[in-house]
Amino acid sequence: MSHPHKAQEFIANENRVNWHDKSLWHVREKRDKAVNLFPEWEQLREKASQIKSHTLSRLDEYLEEFEKNAIANGVKVHWASDAIEHNDIVLSIFREHGVQRIVKSKSMLTEECHLNPFLEKHGIEVIDSDLGERIVQLAKEPPSHIVMPAIHKKRMEIDELFQKHLHTPPSHGDENILTAAAREHLRQKFMKADAALTGVNFGIAETGDFVVCTNEGNADMGVHLAPVQISSMGIEKLIPRYEDLGVFTRLLARSATGQHITTYTSQFRKPRAGTEMHLILVDNGRTVQLGREKYRRSLHCIRCGACMNTCPVYRRSGGHSYQSVIPGPIGSILSPGRDMKKYSSLPFASSLCGSCSDVCPVKINIHEQLYFWRQDITQATNEEPAKKISMKMTGWLFTKPKWFRKAGKFGRKALAKLPRWMVYNSMNVWGKHRELPEPPKESFQEWYQKNRKNNG
Amino acid sequence: MMHIGLFVPCYVDQFYPRVAIATLELLEKLGYRVSVPPDQTCCGQPMANSGYERYSKKTMELFVKNFASYDYIVAPSGSCVYHVRKHYDTLEQTPEVAHIRERTVDICEFLVNHCDKALPESNFPYRVGLHQSCHGQRGLRFGKSSEVVAEPFSIVRQLLESVEGIELVDLQRADECCGFGGTFAIAEEAVSVKMGKDRVQDHILNGAQVITGTDMSCLMHMEGIIRRRQLPLRVMHVSEILNHTHQHEPSS
Ligand code: SF4
Repeated sequence: MSHPHKAQEFIANENRVNWHDKSLWHVREKRDKAVNLFPEWEQLREKASQIKSHTLSRLDEYLEEFEKNAIANGVKVHWASDAIEHNDIVLSIFREHGVQRIVKSKSMLTEECHLNPFLEKHGIEVIDSDLGERIVQLAKEPPSHIVMPAIHKKRMEIDELFQKHLHTPPSHGDENILTAAAREHLRQKFMKADAALTGVNFGIAETGDFVVCTNEGNADMGVHLAPVQISSMGIEKLIPRYEDLGVFTRLLARSATGQHITTYTSQFRKPRAGTEMHLILVDNGRTVQLGREKYRRSLHCIRCGACMNTCPVYRRSGGHSYQSVIPGPIGSILSPGRDMKKYSSLPFASSLCGSCSDVCPVKINIHEQLYFWRQDITQATNEEPAKKISMKMTGWLFTKPKWFRKAGKFGRKALAKLPRWMVYNSMNVWGKHRELPEPPKESFQEWYQKNRKNNG
Repeated sequence: MMHIGLFVPCYVDQFYPRVAIATLELLEKLGYRVSVPPDQTCCGQPMANSGYERYSKKTMELFVKNFASYDYIVAPSGSCVYHVRKHYDTLEQTPEVAHIRERTVDICEFLVNHCDKALPESNFPYRVGLHQSCHGQRGLRFGKSSEVVAEPFSIVRQLLESVEGIELVDLQRADECCGFGGTFAIAEEAVSVKMGKDRVQDHILNGAQVITGTDMSCLMHMEGIIRRRQLPLRVMHVSEILNHTHQHEPSS
């Protein structure tokens, strides 16, 4: 199903849309407050963008440096060219250690690889330990936002989910009771986990460290308790030097939630005595995107989610309408790179307002890339032949001024004279919820010919 | 003497001649020599934003042909101007194309940045909400966008503030998109209408009698919603307000 259809379904419940829009706008406002306390914000964005461009221009070298340093620290480094390889690596590590139960934290990448169903198929219990992730996991839904995965769920719905799955008493959506219940439930899971899985926000080439930013501390909790740690990292998450880290942590937290810093910015370097630390470096389409110059900058993304919060389309259509692991503006430029046909409606799910590009802490030109994708998609896929023909005809009409004026005059007359039902029918998408402009008696050119003929 | 070519976007020509007239009169009152090339049609944006830039190439070439000889090409439409400046990079960069891309400006930009004469007096004693259309706001930087950290400014506001009697209302979301977006308004009808409704609501809640802006297309979309829902609001282009000298009810 394409984005417009999914969006229409979501919009049918106007109260929910209003609530969804307000929740996200609230986060956008928190972000605005935080960044406005930061006079050098724009310089920092520029710096981050430059660091990312530079890193991507020599990604191979930095990756090798990173690998070398990580190995020297005692980390076991693996390379996965795609999702299947990634999942196989994870499974083989688990098999080796007889892992039955795992806790996971903060990883859109494992979502991207569809790791959960894969592991479950192989008899391994996977518990998403971040509250929002856990909620959507219980609801058997994908996350609808990369930072607030359950933002589409109302508290009462969460209450019901908890009653059903965690057997909690009804709390009427009381936040404290719900959080306490989740904590209690997760604690049990942490204690019993044989391994902990996390994502990675930043990998530092210079030292081989990697950094995981969380607000609930669940990544640490899992890692500190389990004998085996696996961290999955997209290869674009690399930054060259330790001193670059501050640039990004300052941008990330403020852009994501309006916090000055995420509650836990955990840096991992070497395994604790008696435990193993694995790091999987995942490509899964990233080098292909790197090779597309027009779209390369999309790899700057630090997954702060700010473009989703600000996007007027996302706020009103919900994350699930994008049907992609990464929704919203950034998802709309990343997803067609993976499957142009499947995601062909996404670059059109934007009014090209440009708010995403202005909010993005690493200055991705999202709205420009949306425009490029539109051109590429209509070239490469043969969908919507009617649109293609009408665009071709419109293009033709605009090169024939006399015909354009005749057509305009005819159209205006028809619009003024036709009975309403002939103008406002199912063919007229504009007119479903909007009036057409009232046709004036004469066009500007007609007026001009009469009144200013001798000018110019 | 500076010679201005007036670009009247296709839908303004057909549906909103009053906006083009107001823009023309404003420029004439300032004493400029203004011509309206009779063979102009469109800037090519509708096809290009829909992913068919290749079908708009000839339209863009016609635009260049029509306007290459003017010192400035002025239009009452930020988004068309944005398209010319930004996306005519796909044409061969002849001196004519380069000239066009440099000299095509929105009327507000022209008045603030390229005109050294005092504005004609205008009078508009109403409460007005400014819709900062995205292509002007973020594309051409008519003002500081709310996402960016910098000193606030807005050339459109600056112009409106010079109008006698006007009362500019503040909005909850100063520069949120109205949801027009060209063919987006059709392809994503549901989202587009919802965005438009929310935008109009912000103006109503803050007591606006008139919504104004630099882009008649955004205003056309909101007007469509206003009229369907019979809301107590009018839309008027900034040119109309700047050219307004009588004290009668704002007319549409
Ligand atoms: S594209 Fe930019 S704003 Fe969007 S999630 Fe990535 S870093 Fe954040």
